[in-house]
Amino acid sequence: MAPFLEVKNLTHVYSAGTPFEHKALDNVSFYLERGEFVGVIGHTGSGKSTLMQHLNGLLKPDSGAVLLDGVDIWSDKKITRQARFRVGLVFQYPEYQLFEETVYKDIAFGPRNMGLPAEEIDRRVREAAGFVGISDAQLASSPFDLSGGQKRRAAIAGVIAMEPELLILDEPTAGLDPAGREDILANIDGYRRAKNATVMMVSHSMNDVARMADRLIVMNRARIAMDGTPREIFTLNHTQELMDMGLDIPELTRVFLRLRRMGLNVPVVYTMEQAVDAMTSLRGGTDHA
Amino acid sequence: MLKDITLGQYFPGNSPIHRLDPRTKLVLLVAYIVALFLAVSWVSYAVMLVFLISVIAVSGVPPKSFFKGMKPLVFILVFTGVLNLFFTRGETVLLEVGFIVITLEGLARAIMMLSRILMLVTGTFLLTYTTSPIALTDGLESLLSPLKKIRVPVHELSMMMCIALRFIPTLIEETDKIMSAQKARGADFESGKLMERVRALIPILVPLFISAFRRADELATAMECRCYQGGEGRTKMKLLHYKRRDFFAFGIGVVLVAVICVLRRFGL
Repeated sequence: MAPFLEVKNLTHVYSAGTPFEHKALDNVSFYLERGEFVGVIGHTGSGKSTLMQHLNGLLKPDSGAVLLDGVDIWSDKKITRQARFRVGLVFQYPEYQLFEETVYKDIAFGPRNMGLPAEEIDRRVREAAGFVGISDAQLASSPFDLSGGQKRRAAIAGVIAMEPELLILDEPTAGLDPAGREDILANIDGYRRAKNATVMMVSHSMNDVARMADRLIVMNRARIAMDGTPREIFTLNHTQELMDMGLDIPELTRVFLRLRRMGLNVPVVYTMEQAVDAMTSLRGGTDHA
Repeated sequence: MLKDITLGQYFPGNSPIHRLDPRTKLVLLVAYIVALFLAVSWVSYAVMLVFLISVIAVSGVPPKSFFKGMKPLVFILVFTGVLNLFFTRGETVLLEVGFIVITLEGLARAIMMLSRILMLVTGTFLLTYTTSPIALTDGLESLLSPLKKIRVPVHELSMMMCIALRFIPTLIEETDKIMSAQKARGADFESGKLMERVRALIPILVPLFISAFRRADELATAMECRCYQGGEGRTKMKLLHYKRRDFFAFGIGVVLVAVICVLRRFGL
């Protein structure tokens, strides 16, 4: 069976043939499976945003292809439009795209464009609002009366309401306070579990990505530099490589690397649970590394 | 798509034309336009064309960019050309099909009008291609400063113009971003009837206006934080000075207008 989504030798060049020519993606290939939570990391200009916009057909690749269930999304006009709905894309600061009179109408914008019947739209809007924790009272209010965090959630709900099989988010937690970040990350994971959807999240926060994702893709200079589970990526060798690329590593990993350098026999960890395990086993005197 | 709009795009360079004082260029442009309208014959048009081509050559701006900027004008050009071609009465009939009559005079007039518009627009482009928007507003403010005497808020107007120019690229980028975001939600801007297309603009315009107001508000606060109070008593970091090349350029401008006037006198 074909994988859910396959990216094959994707290359994209901006302003080809001018002095401003710039290769944003260079022969990028990977697969996504259903239900995966993939974190994408890479510093500004590494090609993350360009990659995301290819997955739902907003940008057309210069060469290579994006296959959804084995079908090229550019093979037919209808399939391209279908890809927009099957792959939901939440841009950075999505709250700036709100425009309707009420939150309800704004969330319904996507489903309405899909041409769904009224009852189905209603069901989806209420369900999406439920995923992100927007109350019925807020649904009836103007999106511009909401707080920053709530606006962000309303905007994310607008994409979730299309019930995409792949939900892509570009820095969904940027500029939010810690409580707001936690909420949104939990909302996104809740949607993934409920619908067995694939989630792809671009983030600069290594802590968030390390904790949430079961797979990490590291982009560097228009290519995929690493692709693997957090356990594979945050190893001794790779962490140094990440730092050389100018990327951060989770704070906990940093602490444990330092401990190792001080001569303690601890593994390289990236979540709090692992850290607690490592410390208890260290205290118990058992060798765990 | 949106990025292709050339709205008086500035081509950085270091040619003698680039280095001229913006005021000189503005005054010369006015002189050039006056000369263009005084020109009545093929001879004077040829003089104007030679002048224009030599200035373009000196400026080093690639000629291709003028054609690119001309694209939005194609409709006006065709319209003017057709009107003059068909509605000028004359004696020498070249072609007569039913009620359509094309005369030699009409043909000549159409070509003349077209070259006039083309030369006019090219000259204006040359100014904006070789002068940065900041220098342009600075020059305009300086040229209009006598109007301050009669309480025209010249500084404020030029500041507004400056800010407007500065925000054009920002707003284009913002529009692009919002369009992508709405397309990702299935918005369709490319098909449908006229009314549907107009309605499809709402999801772009509303967020765009909101963000423009937000930006304006932020900018106003930032300017106030730096004690901006308008033009009164404000000094400049870069003062405009006329140099020798400016006087030389003025000389050329005077000669150009004089030559055209003399030619006109002799009916050429």
